[in-house]
Amino acid sequence: MADPLVVLEGVTKSFGTEIVTQVLHGIDLAIQPAEFTALAGPSGSGKSTLLNLLGLLDRPTSGRILLAGRDTSGLSDDERSAVRGRSLGFVFQFHHLLPEFTALENVMMPMLAAKGREEKGMRERAFSLLDEIGLADRASYRATKLSGGQQQRVAVARALVLEPPLVLADEPTGNLDTESGAQVFELLRRVSAEHRTAFLVVTHDERIAARCDRILTMVDGRIRSDERNART
Amino acid sequence: MPFEVLVALRFLREGKIQTILILSGIGVGVAVIVFLSALIGGLQESLIERTLGTQAHIVVRAPEDLVRPVTQGSPGLAVAPRVERPAQRLRSIVGWPQTLELLLALPRVRAASPTVAGAAFALRGLANRSVALRGIEPSSFRRIIDMGPRMTAGEFRVDATNAVIGVELAADLGVSVGDKVRLETPAGRSEVFLVAGVFDVGNKDLNARWVFVSLRAAQTLLDLAGGISTIELKVAEIFDAERVAEEIVARTGLQADSWMKLNQQLLVGLRSQSASSWMIQFFVVVAVALGIASVLVVSVVQKSREIGILKAMGTRTVQVVRIFLVQGTVLGLAGSVFGSALGAGLSFFFASLAKNPDGSATFPVNLSPGLFLGATAIATFTGLLAAVAPAERAASLDPAEVIRYG
Ligand SMILES: Nc1ncnc2c1ncn2[C@@H]1O[C@H](COP(=O)(O)OP(=O)(O)O)[C@@H](O)[C@H]1O
Ligand SMILES: [Mg+2]
Repeated sequence: MADPLVVLEGVTKSFGTEIVTQVLHGIDLAIQPAEFTALAGPSGSGKSTLLNLLGLLDRPTSGRILLAGRDTSGLSDDERSAVRGRSLGFVFQFHHLLPEFTALENVMMPMLAAKGREEKGMRERAFSLLDEIGLADRASYRATKLSGGQQQRVAVARALVLEPPLVLADEPTGNLDTESGAQVFELLRRVSAEHRTAFLVVTHDERIAARCDRILTMVDGRIRSDERNART
Repeated sequence: MPFEVLVALRFLREGKIQTILILSGIGVGVAVIVFLSALIGGLQESLIERTLGTQAHIVVRAPEDLVRPVTQGSPGLAVAPRVERPAQRLRSIVGWPQTLELLLALPRVRAASPTVAGAAFALRGLANRSVALRGIEPSSFRRIIDMGPRMTAGEFRVDATNAVIGVELAADLGVSVGDKVRLETPAGRSEVFLVAGVFDVGNKDLNARWVFVSLRAAQTLLDLAGGISTIELKVAEIFDAERVAEEIVARTGLQADSWMKLNQQLLVGLRSQSASSWMIQFFVVVAVALGIASVLVVSVVQKSREIGILKAMGTRTVQVVRIFLVQGTVLGLAGSVFGSALGAGLSFFFASLAKNPDGSATFPVNLSPGLFLGATAIATFTGLLAAVAPAERAASLDPAEVIRYG
């Protein structure tokens, strides 16, 4: 088996200074390249907290997070931003896109932030991704003029634009109706296979979880079960 | 276009009403600065111009006669209880041609003219007026005070037989161009001159007292054969006059009075005027800065989701800071362009309100390109500075927090 993309070793997370609540209790976890993983569990079990740690949006209270074999705890905020831009993609449940920009510009945004200005080929690359998710005809629409499902698909394109090895998605279908939700999930599976991108998808939906390579279930800040799905 | 500028401009464009309001605020502030500077600058310039139109920048003369009092009593010598200033005689500057050359060689001196000045009486028939006799050398004096454009009749010609007098004196004596006038000095010498021209320098007193004759005629009348009493100077920068005068005193031992010393009241007035105008402008700048800062602080709160998303996508902290600094700078720049136009319009309108009889503005305004550049630079820099605190706030936003609570 290839080297894991991410490894968590004994990661804990507590919030608060006076009243300390421990949300994560010693998480050990490894995610393999191109693996499509569901993260399930009841509300409040610590899924989003874990995702934020994996995404370098937050720092663990103790334990180590290794990205591509490299310990991330010593990185400065700017280095973490750089790693985030290069190695990770995000799809959030709410407020997915920048409302001031068009669909195409939203997809371009991670490239612009990384390079500092528009360069040749960026527009074409963003457009081909929009085409891939079936929204080429909406390229010049303002983000706010798109439906919820369309916005979420644009967010997926944006997460993929820098070809990160891992995309983190926190309840990407949680805010959508069943049909658009299913559409977005299909898209995630397809691009994961086509781009050989690992996905970690937080979901409540058991039918969705059942269609992933691997299902992690969290309860009270611990990983209760870690199953591989035989079907895939 | 750099990424930060792109995002900054979109943020501003999206916050339409806020952007328009703050731009108006900055514009009004800049307009006040431009208008006030133009007005005060114009007023001061015309005041100085009017004062210096009839004055040399520096007048150099022989040092005053001094009394050396006995300060220490010695046997048989009484100490004077009071020292009386001696009556001043008209004295010539010793070796004046060399002095003139030396003064002209000073780097900041633009022109110098030897003159003879003294008291005299102008007589015609029974009329008799006390006047200030000014013996001049027309070719060099023209560069100290240009009388040509101030002539109301005749021409500015002084020689062995011609003299030039002011309108007030002409009326007092009942003479006009071509008439004869007798000039008599306290020393008892007298000479008859033809009035070659009549001038009006815009000052009733000077129009009644000044009588221009040739240098030689004045030397004869005032018993100063071959000598001159004063050298009048123009300097390149009018506010250098006092420093140049001090330098002349130090180098020649002569007495040198600058226009600044002779018009201290005016200068004090101008300085306090400038000071109050600076004060007003300072507070306007502070108000503009607070306005920009508060708009940007609100915008940081409103855009915290977007900032969180940008950070999650890999935008670095410096980039977030720059996005807000650019917004402040753009606001300052755009507001000052609008404000400059408004201030210029206001100035012209104000200048057109009141006119002198000769058609010039009663309140002259001085709109120089430098004024606009200065106001624009101040507003832009203010915008940049005002954006620092909001930018730091934006930079310190925790993306995890923002994304969790939206
Ligand atoms: N910043 C925080 N400060 C304090 N408590 C937090 C914070 N973030 C999360 N929590 C708590 O941690 C627990 C897990 O939250 P979360 O990771 O969002 O769960 P999930 O995503 O599984 O619903 C919750 O009880 C929540 O209240
Ligand atoms: Mg959650």
